[in-house]
Amino acid sequence: MAMNEDIILQVKNLRTYFNTDEGIVKAVDGVSFDLRKGETLGIVGESGSGKSVTNLSVINMIPSPPGRIAGGEILYHGKDMLKMSKKEIRQIRGNKISMIFQDPMTSLNPFLRISTQMMETIQLHQGLDKKAAKEKAIEMLKLAGIPAPEKRIDQYPHQFSGGMRQRVMIAMALSCNPEILIADEPTSALDVTIQAQILDLMKDLTDRLGTAVILITHSLGVVAGTCDTVCVMYAGRFVERGPTDVIFESPMHPYTQGLIRSVPRLDREDGERLSSIRGQPPNVIDLPDCCPFYPRCDKAMDICRKKYPKWKTLDDGRTVGCWLYSEDK
Amino acid sequence: MAASDTLLEVKDLKMHFPFGGGFLRGPQKYIYAVDGITFELKKGETLGLVGESGCGKSTTARAIAQLHRPTSGEVLLNGKDLTKLKDKDLIAARKGMQMVFQDPYASLNPRMTAGDIIAEPMRIYNGHGILSLSGQEIDERVEQLMERVGLSRFFKNRFPHEFSGGQRQRIGIARALALRPELVLCDEPVSALDVSIQAQILNLFKDLQEEFGLTYLFIAHDLAVIKYISTRVAVMYLGTIAEVANSTDLYKNPLHPYTQALLSAVPIPDPKIERERKRIILTGDVPSPDKVRPGCPFYDRCSKRMDHCQQAKPPVKDVESGHQVACFLY
Repeated sequence: MAMNEDIILQVKNLRTYFNTDEGIVKAVDGVSFDLRKGETLGIVGESGSGKSVTNLSVINMIPSPPGRIAGGEILYHGKDMLKMSKKEIRQIRGNKISMIFQDPMTSLNPFLRISTQMMETIQLHQGLDKKAAKEKAIEMLKLAGIPAPEKRIDQYPHQFSGGMRQRVMIAMALSCNPEILIADEPTSALDVTIQAQILDLMKDLTDRLGTAVILITHSLGVVAGTCDTVCVMYAGRFVERGPTDVIFESPMHPYTQGLIRSVPRLDREDGERLSSIRGQPPNVIDLPDCCPFYPRCDKAMDICRKKYPKWKTLDDGRTVGCWLYSEDK
Repeated sequence: MAASDTLLEVKDLKMHFPFGGGFLRGPQKYIYAVDGITFELKKGETLGLVGESGCGKSTTARAIAQLHRPTSGEVLLNGKDLTKLKDKDLIAARKGMQMVFQDPYASLNPRMTAGDIIAEPMRIYNGHGILSLSGQEIDERVEQLMERVGLSRFFKNRFPHEFSGGQRQRIGIARALALRPELVLCDEPVSALDVSIQAQILNLFKDLQEEFGLTYLFIAHDLAVIKYISTRVAVMYLGTIAEVANSTDLYKNPLHPYTQALLSAVPIPDPKIERERKRIILTGDVPSPDKVRPGCPFYDRCSKRMDHCQQAKPPVKDVESGHQVACFLY
């Protein structure tokens, strides 16, 4: 495959399994995507679909045991991160690829001042001395829209509100000028007005710094407003992937269609009944080797019960994994 | 409007929680969780109560159910003031009013089977002598309720941990319906659920309302959910109601600056609309409700604030029929 200059991260057929007493949990089972420079890629799916595990795998933070990466490649500038030493990974993680998590209270250390936590990263990766690191940290907090950063930097996490803590996390994550920012449900714990603030801030800062973003979320609304590309995930696999506009305008996979139709919308006419997807997401323990969506699918055919659908790439840039669109059955 | 249409009337309800204070510890302080709200619910309608975390939505529901005894104000259910009722009378009156809670994990006893959970309200009211159902009648009703909310009756002997989140919420709904209430207070019943399940539960709420003629007070922080389920909507901010209107009016023509900002902050799952929308981004966070505010509670974050907003609370004004707003702009 020809290497595209713009592609900074390439995930190929990633499989992450967890061994449990009940069997093997195939949390991520064959996920592939490319991330280009400055692109915002959204991964959307319901709880337990494997969104977070995908991204923890990317930065090699799967707790092992019980987890293990059972196969695939994660190419960062063409180099497989799964084959790197711990030292090499450490130079990338937090520096070139950084993360922000859903709950800003649990991802900040409650015993340490913000200054200590922010300066640690900066000193480690940029080799600045204490004074310069603190200045850099203050500058980042200012960028993240925290008022009086000179004073606030010496405070503890509990002295910040939820939205402010998420701003601190963003400032911290962007302090080393990363190429990739992985944001795992960054606004799910926040109120709508604060969510709007934070999404605005993230967009503004990453645009300015040219950072590529992988945004994990369960909210289709957030994806629509922020992402260039969207991947829809179900039971450990992507079911559909493509440019945001294309996917939202004409979703092709029955799951994507159902998902988009089941979201209540502000701009929908009154009295329209919400369509829902029947049944529940499957248990990912010992899934049979077939389409995981078929028990809930209205268009299920015989073949869906037997084999996993092949990927098909269409002219509009989307890839869809469904037997409805696959010719060779 | 005939008085008999009104099922629930809440008049100047206040719920203040004391904290701090005591001997040598300075004056007693209060959290003004709900600070004077007035509204009414007509039979068969759904009033959506929406607002951000900490604005007093849940406290309002709990104060109505008398789970917290309100500091002051009246709660009239079918004309009877619940705040003045004691023990036995209150239990009898509460039969017509049940709650569905947010967290389907925390609100079901893990040591009871689904069948027992749904039967418990009937057994309790049997014990008080208000109902007199035989064991067989209770069993029958439990099975009917389970089938009605979309659970197989064969799951009767299973424990909550054997159900998924959506199924647990169905158990919670069946339990709330066990006493055949008129009013159901739903405290964020779909917030913990995934979108595809959320749509199932919302539709179930709608169907049950039609079938049993239920009246809902439906609390959520998701404005799109509220729009879908409600006939009327009340927007709360910091323990007070900022705006009440018919659901269509409120979304087409929001008047209060807070409602406008709130609506513009909700993402719409359509990239084309999202790109063209103008957002009103509010600055700052919701302030803590631990102070007495002489002025408008929204003053600190409002883009259209005026000098006198800080000095006096804006009165609730009827702008159009049924559209009330508490803002000096109108």
